[in-house]
Amino acid sequence: MSGLLKSSIARKVVMALSGLFLVFFLGQHFVINIMSVIAPDTFNTWSHFMGYNPLVQYLLQPILIAGVIVHFAMGIALEIQNNRARSVKYAKYKGGANASWISRNMIITGLVVLAFLGLHMYDFWIHEMAYKYIEVKPEDPTRYYAETVEKFEPVLRTVLYVISFGLLALHLLHGFASSFQSMGLNNKYTPAIKTFTKIYAIGIPLGFAFIAIYHHLNPITH
Amino acid sequence: MGILDSKVPAGPLAAKWTKHKNEIDLVNPANKRNIDIIVVGTGLAGGSAAATLAELGYNVKTFCYQDSPRRAHSIAAQGGINAAKNYQGDGDSNYRLFYDTVKGGDYRSREANVYRLAEVSGQIIDQCVAQGVPFAREYGGLLDNRSFGGVLVSRTFYAKGQTGQQLLLGAYSAMNRQINRGKIQPFNRHEMMDLVKIDGKARGIIARNLITGEIERHSAHAVVLATGGYGNVFFLSTNAMGSNVMAAWRAHRRGAHFANPCFTQIHPTCIPVSGDHQSKLTLMSESLRNDGRIWVPAKLEDAQAIREGKLKPTQLKEEDRDYYLERRYPAFGNLVPRDVASRAAKERCDEGFGINKTGEAVYLDFDAAIMRYGKEKALTSGMKDADDKTIRNLGEEVIENKYGNLFQMYEKIVDENPYKTPMMIYPAVHYTMGGLWVDYNLQTTVEGCYAAGEANFSDHGANRLGASALMQGLADGYFVLPYTIGDYLSNDIRTGKIPTDSPEFEASEKEVRDRIEKLMNGKGTHSVDYYHKILGKIMWNKCGMSRNEKELQEAIDEISSLRADFWENVRVPGSPDTKNQELEKAGRVADFLELGELFAKDALTRNESCGGHFREEYQTPEGEALRDDENFKFVSSWEYKGEPKDAVLHKEELKYENIELKTRSYK
Amino acid sequence: MKLTLKIWRQKDANSKGKMMDYTIDGIDGDMSFLEMMDVLNEELINKGEEPVEFDHDCREGICGSCSLQINGEPHGPDRLVTTCQLHMRKFNDGDTITIEPFRAKAFPVIKDLIVDRTAFDRIQQAGGFISVNTSGNTQDANSIPIDKHDADDAFYSAACIGCGACVAACKNASAMLFTSAKVSQYALLPQGKVEAVDRVQNMVRQMDLEGFGNCTNTGACEVECPKGISLENIARMNREYLSASVKG
Repeated sequence: MSGLLKSSIARKVVMALSGLFLVFFLGQHFVINIMSVIAPDTFNTWSHFMGYNPLVQYLLQPILIAGVIVHFAMGIALEIQNNRARSVKYAKYKGGANASWISRNMIITGLVVLAFLGLHMYDFWIHEMAYKYIEVKPEDPTRYYAETVEKFEPVLRTVLYVISFGLLALHLLHGFASSFQSMGLNNKYTPAIKTFTKIYAIGIPLGFAFIAIYHHLNPITH
Repeated sequence: MGILDSKVPAGPLAAKWTKHKNEIDLVNPANKRNIDIIVVGTGLAGGSAAATLAELGYNVKTFCYQDSPRRAHSIAAQGGINAAKNYQGDGDSNYRLFYDTVKGGDYRSREANVYRLAEVSGQIIDQCVAQGVPFAREYGGLLDNRSFGGVLVSRTFYAKGQTGQQLLLGAYSAMNRQINRGKIQPFNRHEMMDLVKIDGKARGIIARNLITGEIERHSAHAVVLATGGYGNVFFLSTNAMGSNVMAAWRAHRRGAHFANPCFTQIHPTCIPVSGDHQSKLTLMSESLRNDGRIWVPAKLEDAQAIREGKLKPTQLKEEDRDYYLERRYPAFGNLVPRDVASRAAKERCDEGFGINKTGEAVYLDFDAAIMRYGKEKALTSGMKDADDKTIRNLGEEVIENKYGNLFQMYEKIVDENPYKTPMMIYPAVHYTMGGLWVDYNLQTTVEGCYAAGEANFSDHGANRLGASALMQGLADGYFVLPYTIGDYLSNDIRTGKIPTDSPEFEASEKEVRDRIEKLMNGKGTHSVDYYHKILGKIMWNKCGMSRNEKELQEAIDEISSLRADFWENVRVPGSPDTKNQELEKAGRVADFLELGELFAKDALTRNESCGGHFREEYQTPEGEALRDDENFKFVSSWEYKGEPKDAVLHKEELKYENIELKTRSYK
Repeated sequence: MKLTLKIWRQKDANSKGKMMDYTIDGIDGDMSFLEMMDVLNEELINKGEEPVEFDHDCREGICGSCSLQINGEPHGPDRLVTTCQLHMRKFNDGDTITIEPFRAKAFPVIKDLIVDRTAFDRIQQAGGFISVNTSGNTQDANSIPIDKHDADDAFYSAACIGCGACVAACKNASAMLFTSAKVSQYALLPQGKVEAVDRVQNMVRQMDLEGFGNCTNTGACEVECPKGISLENIARMNREYLSASVKG
């Protein structure tokens, strides 16, 4: 396995696998979140389950964190390596002639998403951790909906979220389909995969943006 | 026999090669490790020879001027490779391939060599398939064949229009395997500057590292030259820009005879010259003649209107077109051998029927083929009464499948769509049948110096058939030379490493350095290309598709004075101690300026017309070549004596015991 | 037409290079790009200056010698052509054309526009072959029937000319398209299956050692490849590599 990791292809596969895992996570995150619009009670129930189920908390959550770290660390490492592979730069380089801006700037969209993740963790996850493990407050299966809606009250946060979702969409637009290529999947199903990933890459972030804007426009009136 | 002993083994033709292989001495595997061989040139012949020699256990050093062996000009061969496999069951056999080749060469090649070539041709295909060469296949998974000019069977194996590329990459992969094992040491971007002889034997070379300019000494027990042909003596040819005669010419100056220099192939289907800026010519594969019909307007006024852009070829009615090959040669039609097709095109253009601005082009028309294939395709796809437009579209698809890359290449260069309007073509210098004289073992007149592939003269006589160059290159390299060279090297098992500090190496190196210095010190104002272009014009006008005594004599004088001017006035900028492409060119052109003169002298000496050599004085009333077997059934082998004009002619009489000499007829 | 050329000049591998400006007149649309360079060089020689050195040989798009990054793209703005087949009719009177060598750490500059591409040779040497001797005793060529589609696909992969445009175009200077084309050719043929595991591992190892970047699937290589080598090859190599890693 360690030998496998030394090669450029293996590193790409790690990027692909971790990326796909995050894409999957994003989907399930969305399914839960959209409930906050459709059915706040279900949202509360599911959120509580995710927050207190030991399997989720002590197995899936660490895996997710590891996945995020691996994806970002590897992405940055690869970027540095790729930069070094062309020590003298072109005076004129017409990248747009042969590849999309998105595919050439994954590091930019990726770093924005990373920054967003910082904000997002600060907003929700740190709060959760503090609630559960530092302040050790009692379990309350009904608090999630209100907490969420409240977060989107400030315009600034909502705008930041929406912008980040936009960049996430760009990142996914290249990354999702690309991960199949990295794992060696390029065959007659590729056009179908590409269509699906396009829908997903635009649909999911659009959905998240919708949720943010919806809650911003529909604050809970006390 | 004198010094020209062809060493053809005795016995019946079909048994000669086997008998010879059984009788020659071998070198045992342990001793091979102590023997070094230098291979100069890494195309089909050199690459395959290097790989096989290394497989056998010899220590091989390869040299090429390109940055990688994979770039040798064999890569540009398009159409295919012949082999007498008879997979099509159309009556092919070793004898028929042998017969076609000797006849196609207008009875100026050596029977035994050609028969051996035909005999090993099948093995080449086996070998290449085993190496993973992706030849074209039929739907049943078996190998496909196409037919080529000058023959009546389908024996040509191909990989789209890139057969040379695929075969070369095969040989290159075999080389890579040996490089990986440490058995081949590749010296790329190196040029052979001289052959080093010790006690009359080839014992090494002086090479220039083209990156650093260093002059290096390399010793070996034998030297193989597989450096291709000298078509670039014409400046404009289908050869690569770097293709040159230097290695062969250096060997010639050291005693290797140069045979039949005037036997040059002018290929009938090339893209015509578009202007003075032209740096090289592009071939359109002969395979196109399978489906394309060649024509010019039947009336002079139509030709003129087309030249002036007032008339389009597609507007010309069928009866106003002159399909001159079909008219003159009904049996072979558009598939006559190259020399015949080229001369016929020149004849029409000289008469004023040429169809481009320069008046030096004829049409190659695919319209009939498009409609024919279209109809067939429509029927097999279940369309019983398809309209013309559908048929045309289907036909164009079929043609694209067969020749897509060639059509695309044509469109890029000429900026016209060849599916819609006929291609314009004109003959261009393509291949040189002449080369270093070799015996049956492929050894030159210098002991220990071998020549393989286009660099030698042996197999194609006065005209080469299509798809036979690849066959010969690989036959020499994979299956002939590695065995025959063992016979010579078996005497060298006790010699030990050849030192490079001997007086002979010293002297050769000094000569090389002096020559470079002389080239660098030319005080004049003209670039190397200036001279090369003038030389090319002389060659094309006076030693080209048709030749006569007066012009050949003029060519000799003109080249001789051009050479003197060159050495006096050439300007080579830069320094000899770095990469210097002008210096590289200068060295090559210097040798072309000597070869060109010998070429003309050879053509002047051969008072007959045969194959690619057409002397206006010797033709039938219908304008066909008139061979003179009584007086010229020999190989002209030239010995170097200083100036080309002093070269001494030796004749190797050709004996035909298995084939009856006939007037070549494709009518 | 009249043109301004901005050309990278560099004396040798160890010197520092720089962009230099040249103007050139009387260029005809029927000239190839390299013939335009010939005209420039002829002028430079006549002026007593050193000509611009560039790799070129066959000038018919098959040897893979010519390179050049022209206006930011390998082999210039046209598609499916090498520089030697690029014609000046693709440019307009008064244009400024920037001409640089292919840039990659693994392709060091030798002089002016000439780069050292022997890294490609070393990748091939690591495993780009089938280990079969030239004994003359190989089985009959038709005893291995091969599906026409596989044979055709193998051919399309094998059509790579090793020019390095893929590396030059890639923002990461990755050599995946080149390496995968060779791996694919053999992976698609029954003859190549025997050594498949070692081949892909050895070739990828060498590719990484040469200092090429990593593939990020931008697809620039496929677009710029003069021979239209497909990205499918890269996917195939990834697949071959993964399965080889599992097999050990």
